[in-house]
Amino acid sequence: MVSTADKKEYKVIGTRPIRHDGYDKVTGRAQYGADIKLPGLVFGAVLRSPHAHAIIKNIDTSEAEKLSGVLAVMTAKDLPRLENIQRASAEESGSEKHLSENVLAHKKVMYKGHAVAAVAAGDINTAEEALNKIKVDYEVLEPVINVDQAMDKDAPIILEGFEADHLGKKVLNTNVALHEIHDFGDVEKGFSESDFVLENEVNMQTVHQGYIEPHNATAIWDEEDRVKIWTSTQGSFTVRDSVSKVLGLDVSRVRVTPMEIGGGFGGKIPIYLEPLAAVLSRKSRRPVKLIMTRTDVFESTGPAPGGKVKVKLGVDSSGKILAASAVIKLEAGGFPEAFIEAASQCVFSCYDIPSTRIEGYDVIVNKPSSAAYRAPGSPQVAFAIETLVDEICDKKGWDPLEFRVKNVARKGTRTALGPLYTRIGLEECLEAAKKSDHWNSKLNDNLPSGKKRGRGIASGYWFNIGFKSHVNLALNSDGTVALTEGSTDIGGTRAAISMQAAEVLGIPAEDVRPSVVDTDSIGYTDVTGGSRTCYATGYAAYLASQKLIEEIEEKAALKWDIDVTEVVYENGIIKSKSNSELKMTLKEFADDSPGGPVTANASVDLEEAGGGFGVHIADIEIDENTGKTDVVRYTAIQDCGKAIHPSYVEGQLQGGATQGIGWALNEEYYMSQDGRMENSSYLDYRMPISLDLPMIDTILVEVPSEEHPFGVRGVGETPIVPPIPTISNAIHNALGIRMSSTPMKPSSIIESLKNK
Amino acid sequence: MATSKKVKKIQITTTINGQEMELLIPPYISLLETLREIVGITGTKEGCNDGNCGACTVNIDGRIVDSCLVLGAEVDGKNIETIEGMATPEGLHPLQQAFLEEAALQCGICTPGFLVASKNLLDNEPNPSEGRIRHWLSGNLCRCTGYDKIVKAVQKASDKS
Amino acid sequence: MHPYNYYAPENIDEAVGLLEEFGGKARCLAGGTDILVQTRGGKFELDAIIDVKKIPELTKVNWTENHLVFGSAVPCYVLYEDKKISSKFPGIIDAASLIGGIQIQSRASLGGNLCNASPSADGICPLIVHNTICVIAGPKGYREVSVDEFCVSPGRNLLDEGEFLVSLKVPLPTTGFGAAYERFTPRNEMDIAVAAVGSSVVIDSGKITDSKIALAAVGPTPIYADKASEFLEGKDASDENLNQASQIAEDSCSPITDMRGDVEFRKHLIGVLTRRTLDLAIKRSGGN
Repeated sequence: MVSTADKKEYKVIGTRPIRHDGYDKVTGRAQYGADIKLPGLVFGAVLRSPHAHAIIKNIDTSEAEKLSGVLAVMTAKDLPRLENIQRASAEESGSEKHLSENVLAHKKVMYKGHAVAAVAAGDINTAEEALNKIKVDYEVLEPVINVDQAMDKDAPIILEGFEADHLGKKVLNTNVALHEIHDFGDVEKGFSESDFVLENEVNMQTVHQGYIEPHNATAIWDEEDRVKIWTSTQGSFTVRDSVSKVLGLDVSRVRVTPMEIGGGFGGKIPIYLEPLAAVLSRKSRRPVKLIMTRTDVFESTGPAPGGKVKVKLGVDSSGKILAASAVIKLEAGGFPEAFIEAASQCVFSCYDIPSTRIEGYDVIVNKPSSAAYRAPGSPQVAFAIETLVDEICDKKGWDPLEFRVKNVARKGTRTALGPLYTRIGLEECLEAAKKSDHWNSKLNDNLPSGKKRGRGIASGYWFNIGFKSHVNLALNSDGTVALTEGSTDIGGTRAAISMQAAEVLGIPAEDVRPSVVDTDSIGYTDVTGGSRTCYATGYAAYLASQKLIEEIEEKAALKWDIDVTEVVYENGIIKSKSNSELKMTLKEFADDSPGGPVTANASVDLEEAGGGFGVHIADIEIDENTGKTDVVRYTAIQDCGKAIHPSYVEGQLQGGATQGIGWALNEEYYMSQDGRMENSSYLDYRMPISLDLPMIDTILVEVPSEEHPFGVRGVGETPIVPPIPTISNAIHNALGIRMSSTPMKPSSIIESLKNK
Repeated sequence: MATSKKVKKIQITTTINGQEMELLIPPYISLLETLREIVGITGTKEGCNDGNCGACTVNIDGRIVDSCLVLGAEVDGKNIETIEGMATPEGLHPLQQAFLEEAALQCGICTPGFLVASKNLLDNEPNPSEGRIRHWLSGNLCRCTGYDKIVKAVQKASDKS
Repeated sequence: MHPYNYYAPENIDEAVGLLEEFGGKARCLAGGTDILVQTRGGKFELDAIIDVKKIPELTKVNWTENHLVFGSAVPCYVLYEDKKISSKFPGIIDAASLIGGIQIQSRASLGGNLCNASPSADGICPLIVHNTICVIAGPKGYREVSVDEFCVSPGRNLLDEGEFLVSLKVPLPTTGFGAAYERFTPRNEMDIAVAAVGSSVVIDSGKITDSKIALAAVGPTPIYADKASEFLEGKDASDENLNQASQIAEDSCSPITDMRGDVEFRKHLIGVLTRRTLDLAIKRSGGN
């Protein structure tokens, strides 16, 4: 039933309608989480640890409670204690105990910024003043701030009593939460048979997703112990699950209403403020709103893991890779996990390698508990492998594109973790790169004096998770279709989902009216993340639309008093197969349909889709005297399966590439020795500004996935994977120095030039 | 020497999107907070509260500013334009239309700031170069789009005006 | 944040009176781009903020026979949109046009930038190399100080209680005068200097008769690099001399390592930027 015919002609898919929520967003009418107004609303503030690692000996909230205007104060005492039960949901994991303790520290603080208490008051100023009156007695401990420190034999143990898993054995008193190895073939033999073996190691600093909208949550806890929450989140149902766990309530007692969301990139999947708002509401009997400050966002929410990745490749004299090994050490932050499994899945994903060995370490450090950041784990390993490939090609005089084509992963290639690839489009992306205007253009045209240019290329991969989505359709009497779904819209997905329904129904995109609804109003829907939304919720919309057509045909048959097998619906017209007089438009039918509302719905729980590969090309210009690096030309090529709304697919490529460029050049958590982030503001956490970038060209390759009726692949995450090695390779091309740490900031470049 | 005087609310008269208003506000709150909490219009957004992201951009007497770094008390007698004043009963401003057609927004949180800032540019310079547009908009951060389609939307709107 | 009252005095005496009344618990508000962030961050606790923008002397631009005089609350955009100021003082405009972005430049003033006394301030080096005089009002009346004495330590200036900066007096450029300012930042705008240099020269018959070099972000305050400045006086503007001056400037500073840069990189940049600003200052001197 899944059709994957190539080169189909579509009516709606592939067009660029104005997105349905667009008018509200360009006029300022759209309601984001911080915009909500409720009668009697009061404001909360959160007290956070000034220490990176400390035992909480006592918290005295008495003075704060007495302050005029304060309505409620809470600490971890107000939350039930949870057990070490593992949670497993899409893109979220760890234990219930850790979930709760990250929301509000119980006995220990694990990072500077870890929440320890919260206050609600009539105005935000009073709430913040009340924080100053809470006395916390800390016993400060030595902090551990990177993988080397954490894995040192004398390191202080951060998670006391935690049972780690080292190669299947339970281990106590360690900062390595997980140690695993994936082995296939015989790497030792492969290396010994290689004509050329090379290895490298990359070192990466922690970075943040940097979404412009800070976290927010508003809650009402009512007299029946039911909690209503309004929040900007990537997953309303995930919030419901997590909040109900942390509060000790049945899921049905928590209703989550998603507000519009101002960016997430994975960082708005975990919960932070929701349980605090809920308990403060219970204690004050008022609706409570909490909004993070920008400092809180940097210091207290989940960044992307820093760490170290070592990769080794063995190749034969013709350039075929015979063996590959990797050692991946990523910082999980104060609680597990650090996306080791995903990193292991991605490290050799672009290549067909007969023998591989991937060793992964999930390392606890005194930093905020890491969260997903667009393809979590993949950028870190891509940096290692793609610069190593570049180095091998450089040393052997091989063309970097040809080398990749020679070893390319394709349908049927076994991945390092076991499964075989279904249909994928890496080869097509490499071909597109070869033919691209950028790759064939002269590098040094109009080169300003005093500058050097370089060109780099790299590939990258991210899988698409599937999981659960639900879509509801209802035919309006004017012939339009109301579509309700539960996937919060960060980048235009409600338009893409509506377009898939419109395509099946044969009606214009504007005639499908989408709403993203709360957890009481739609079936379980997993997060907007993992590059799943257009794929999975779109698939549910596709199925629901087919069912709606069946409903329409049945009701038309009733209306005409003929057999349903006689009726056919196509492109907004309903007709009888044998009687040409019987014909009506969808509008006419909708206005006078018999037998009750015409509705349909569909649920999916999908397997992983065929994954998205990307290839990026960058030209950079460096001032050798200052190390200042400017990106002067950039092309992002990616297999998107089928671009439903090409503008928003292009937007994902451009946005992800820009984040990767920032990660490569200037972004980092600058940590003091005592474990504090010193640059927790947009001034010193340097994200690219408009003047830092050129136009970012995109090439959309369409190799339809086998798993979706229109061949859709998720596109949102892959674009952040190639940029870091692309930039590093370009710098090498320009200056002959190999930058193997991020950020590749000007001072590091000058230092490398001095040591050359 | 005076000790802590009780801090009383002050009255200001200001014109917001063409409408004159009398407001009673605490003297120490920002214009951003005044707009969002007292006037009740939430199109202007808070991203950082320290003048580094431009999400709170408004236009005061013909100049764009970060409203998080202006006190509400300072706008007595001034003319403020926010995103809510950009469209008219006749329709969207060409920039708003261009942003929609060019898909110059993804999450949309930075969009009001970019629209107010780029309207100010086009009001003074109807045909800016790409470099000029990028320079003008450097005070507005976007994390979703990579700026490409935003610049293209401003170019499109400038062609139309 | 400690709540504070707002005052908007309309003349200098009123402002002085308010500052005296509140002692150290009142500060002046010009553009607000530093002070409003600092009050929220708890850097100090205020009982009053004194908006000085209604005082005419603080917001006007005046030309006297020998000076450009502009108020301490004159925003950066007023300076760079003024054709006469832009053509006569490009070295000052270099700084005024890169503090923050357009939104910041609508409000931030060079006077405020000076009073904030950040070691990495953009506006101070150009003022130093233009021999700027600071006009200060206080309980004892007016006084004038040379701008290179104004900053005392990181974030602290020499104003006494009750005093505030009224205006800045910049001597009109003489024949053969040229000046330039350049800073290094990892991004192209909206950033803070890792290192910065302001240079001015007076060229007469091919010789440098006067030169001033000031450095930012490499000491507790912006500093006047006296050795490097004096080295060039009386010499040709030759490659060798300019390079040597740059090396002296590089050797003379003692930066620290912090999140914006480390010692070696900052010193290296001082050498590079000194040479570049001297080159541009010399080129601009032809225009005078």
